[in-house]
Order: sequence, then structure tokens, then C-alpha cells
Amino acid sequence: MATITVKRPKLSFVEKLYLPAIFKGLKITAGHAIRALKGSTPDKTMQYPEQKWDHELPEHYRGAPALVTDEHGRERCVSCQLCEFICPPRAITIIPGEIPANDQWAKVEKAPREFKIDMIRCIYCGMCEEVCPEQAIFLRKDYAITGTTRAEMVHDKTRLYEIGGVREGLVNKWNELK
Amino acid sequence: MDWFFTLSTAVKVVLSIVTLLTIVALASYAERRVSAIIQDRVGPNRVGVPLTLFGAKKDWAFFGLLQPLADGLKFILKEDFVPAHVKKFYFWLAPALTMIPALLTFAVIPFGSTMVVGEHTVPMVIANLNVGPLFILAISSLSVYGIVLAGWSSNSKYPFLGGVRSSSQMISYEISLGLSLVPVLMVFGELNLSKIVDYQNHNGWLLLPAWGEGLSVERWVLMIPMLISFLIFTISVFAETNRMPFDLPECETELVAGYHTEYSSMKFALFFMGEYAAMVVGSGIIVTLYLGGWSLPFGLLQNDEGSIWKSLAHVGCFLTKVVAWIIFFMWVRWTLPRFRYDQLMRLGWVWLFEIALANVFLTAVIIMIFRK
Repeated sequence: MATITVKRPKLSFVEKLYLPAIFKGLKITAGHAIRALKGSTPDKTMQYPEQKWDHELPEHYRGAPALVTDEHGRERCVSCQLCEFICPPRAITIIPGEIPANDQWAKVEKAPREFKIDMIRCIYCGMCEEVCPEQAIFLRKDYAITGTTRAEMVHDKTRLYEIGGVREGLVNKWNELK
Repeated sequence: MDWFFTLSTAVKVVLSIVTLLTIVALASYAERRVSAIIQDRVGPNRVGVPLTLFGAKKDWAFFGLLQPLADGLKFILKEDFVPAHVKKFYFWLAPALTMIPALLTFAVIPFGSTMVVGEHTVPMVIANLNVGPLFILAISSLSVYGIVLAGWSSNSKYPFLGGVRSSSQMISYEISLGLSLVPVLMVFGELNLSKIVDYQNHNGWLLLPAWGEGLSVERWVLMIPMLISFLIFTISVFAETNRMPFDLPECETELVAGYHTEYSSMKFALFFMGEYAAMVVGSGIIVTLYLGGWSLPFGLLQNDEGSIWKSLAHVGCFLTKVVAWIIFFMWVRWTLPRFRYDQLMRLGWVWLFEIALANVFLTAVIIMIFRK
């Protein structure tokens, strides 16, 4: 049978009065309060600005998104604007730029002229990292992004590369044979 | 009406309102700290004197005791937003209607023994009314209008539900509140709160008849109906102040914030302060009627004629009892879950009302047997 009939427990008169249960509850909470006042409660709370958890952040932590360069200082981003399109809160604004023909990597064709992420809008979802075909944008472990003005909260290209740093690894677009 | 009476009354009014508001402010801090220690957390412990601004090495946090100041500043500086869909007049009226009755009822509660200043005597009560408990019941029942008007004038569904709930809840529990008082007044044979406290000072508290006339068999037998009356009165005060097991008008989990959902900044703060002021006054009434008001237990410092210091000691005693009760209110809030609505109504109408009624007769019979 799929149906299970649960019998309501029969309460005695004392139990129906509520009051004994209330006093039992009061005793439990008072016990916690007295333990806390004596200072014997295990200290689980972190005093945030003094104590931080940064070194224990997991590898997959989703902090501020940032752009990365390769070991030779080349921009990975080709300004395809996929991240701009997928961004749910529309925090990313990209103005694409052209790589001049006399450049060594002219075959890459495009690089971002401007790349802005509005950190007031960003929801740290990681869609940009997931959608990026060039592995140019990553979510870093920075989480305390603050500013005193709205303009300060918009990360421009230099700031994004500063946060992102260098990431090594083969990227096909710089392979001269391909 | 001589100048001394006017002056002393003015001083008493100002001092008691300042004290009341201070207790309210500290209660909002204490609520968070009490809930924190009950739930093994820390609570607000940061806001203090920012000594680093003046070049000192460390801030003086002082357990975060200045938190209410920061909260108050925040409330004043916040935008006072009035939604377009509200009924403006009543929307503005409602916060005042919740705050003022709570402050008014404090006027009849005696908070200390008569103070002798030179050749004058100053009774430590603002208004020495001969109908104290009736005045309290009459005024405190006005605060339901504040909540109902807030719920109705907000013109949206959550405040409306909160207002409806609170009107039915407060009206239901006012009956048991008033009825549970009747046996107490029968025992005292008196409606003047100052005289009630004075009687308890000399003849034992209602719930601790351990000195003076209180040692008679009659008073100890009367303990049974008095305990019942005390229990019902306390439960009804919880319901009247919308405190935890009965906080259905606010009820964060169901109604967002209940009747004050649409309120912001200082208007919201008035509701908040009104709730705590009602709590302070409720504790004051319980203390005055059942626990001897300002008097110390076992006839200590009993004489009425005394120095300023003795009178101040009595004020301190009253405040201690009230603060203890407020902490009890908080303790209950962070222990018990909320009643379901039908349980609330059943408790009020089927149990408390009937028991309070029977209690009146029980007291009458006991008094009749002993005072034949």
C-alpha cells in the first residue's frame, strides 16, 4: 500500500496542558544561554575583518570575474562578446578593437578595446567563464569588492588584467601552424 | 495646585519618558544579544566609541552597547517613503497611535515610594489615579487602533491580513486580560495602584505572602487563584503586546512583516518602539500587581517615611524587576514557536476566558469562607 496511516499520538492530560513542554523548552534555551555566558560555548563565529577564511577558499570559488594574459603578456580575449551576451544581469560591456595588420599576431584579428564589468550588477554566476571560447575570463577568489562611488565599482580593462594575472597553457590562436 | 507640585510632576514626566525610551532602546539591543546567546551566536558587539578617529590605538567597543544609537541614527537619516497607494491620513496617524498609549499607561504605574524633599512629599507616580487598572485597560486597548489602521491604510494584502489578525487577537485576549484582573482586585479591595503596592509592601507580595498579614492562612489559600490569575494575565500580556508565541500580526514567515510592511524609516521605528514600550509597561503592570511593585522582599526597607536614598533604592528595585521581566519576555520569544491561528483563538476563547471566569468565583468563595 502506498498510503500509510499515521496514528496521532494520544496525549495525556499533562501533555495537553502545554505548560510542561514550555518549561522544558525554556530550560533548554536557558542552558544554552548560561553556557554562552560562562564562555564554554564552542567559538564558531569568525570575527570577520580580523579573521578571514581566504586560505581555505575552495578551487571552484566564484569571486570577481577577471581577464587573464598568457605568459608572454598577450591578451587572451578576442572580444567575441559571448560573455557580454550571456551575462544575466548585463554587467559586461565590451567595445571590440582590431589588431593592426603589421602586428605579429595579426591573424588573431580582434582584441578588446574596452572591457568593463560593473561589479554592482555582477552576480558572480560564472556564466562568462563557462561561455568563453578562449579561456580568457575567469572567476577569481576576490570577494570583498567595495567602492565609495558607482564609477569606482566598474572594473575597466587594466583593473581586470590586474586582478586576473597570468595564466599559462596552450591556446590555439597563437599556434603559427594553425 | 502649588508650584512645587507642578514642577515635581514635570520632572517626573520627563524623567520617566526618558527612562522608558532608554529601556526601549536598550531592549532592542538586549533582544539581539539574548537571542544570540540562546542560539550560540555572538550578536551585535561592534558599535562603540570610535576612539581611533581621535588618534587612539583601539576602538572602545563596550559590548556593542551603542548599537541602539547607531540604529536610531539610521532610522532618522533613512528616506521616509510613503507608497502612492496608501490612505495618507491614517497611514501617518497609525504609528503615533501605537506609540502613545504605551507611553500614556506608564503614568499610573507607581515606580517608587514617596520621596521626602525638605518639607514636601513627592509620590513616585505621575498620576495617582483611583482607577489605575481600569485606566490601563482602557488606554492600552487603544493601541489596537494603531495596528488596525496601519494594516488597513497600507492598502495592500500583507498589512491587511496582519491588521485583521491583530484586531481579532487583541480583542479576544483583552477579555481574559480584564477578567483575570478581577480576582486580584477582589483580594485588594482597591483600585489605586499606589495603595495596592503599599499594601504589598507591608503585607507580602501577592505571589510571595511571607511577611506582615501575608502569613495568614487566607492569603496562602488565595495563592491558588492568584497563581491562575497571574498565569492568565501574563499570557494575555504576551498576546496584547504581540510577543512571540502570539506574534501573528507580524509573523515574518507568513506576512513579510505584517501590519508595518509598507512602513519605513522613523514611522517603522515608532511601531518598533511602541511594541517594546508596551512590553515595558506590561512588565510594569505585572510587577505592580503580583510582585510587589517597588517594594523589596521580606519587608526590607519597609518604612514609607524615608530619605531620598531609600526612595531611589525602591525605584531601583522596581526597575530591576521590570528588566528581569523584559528578559523573560525575550527568553520566551526565542524558545517557543508561533501558535497556529485556530490554536490561538481556541486558547483565548475556550481556555483562558473560561478559566478566568471560574477563577473569579473560586476567589469569591475563598474570600467568603475566610471573611465570614
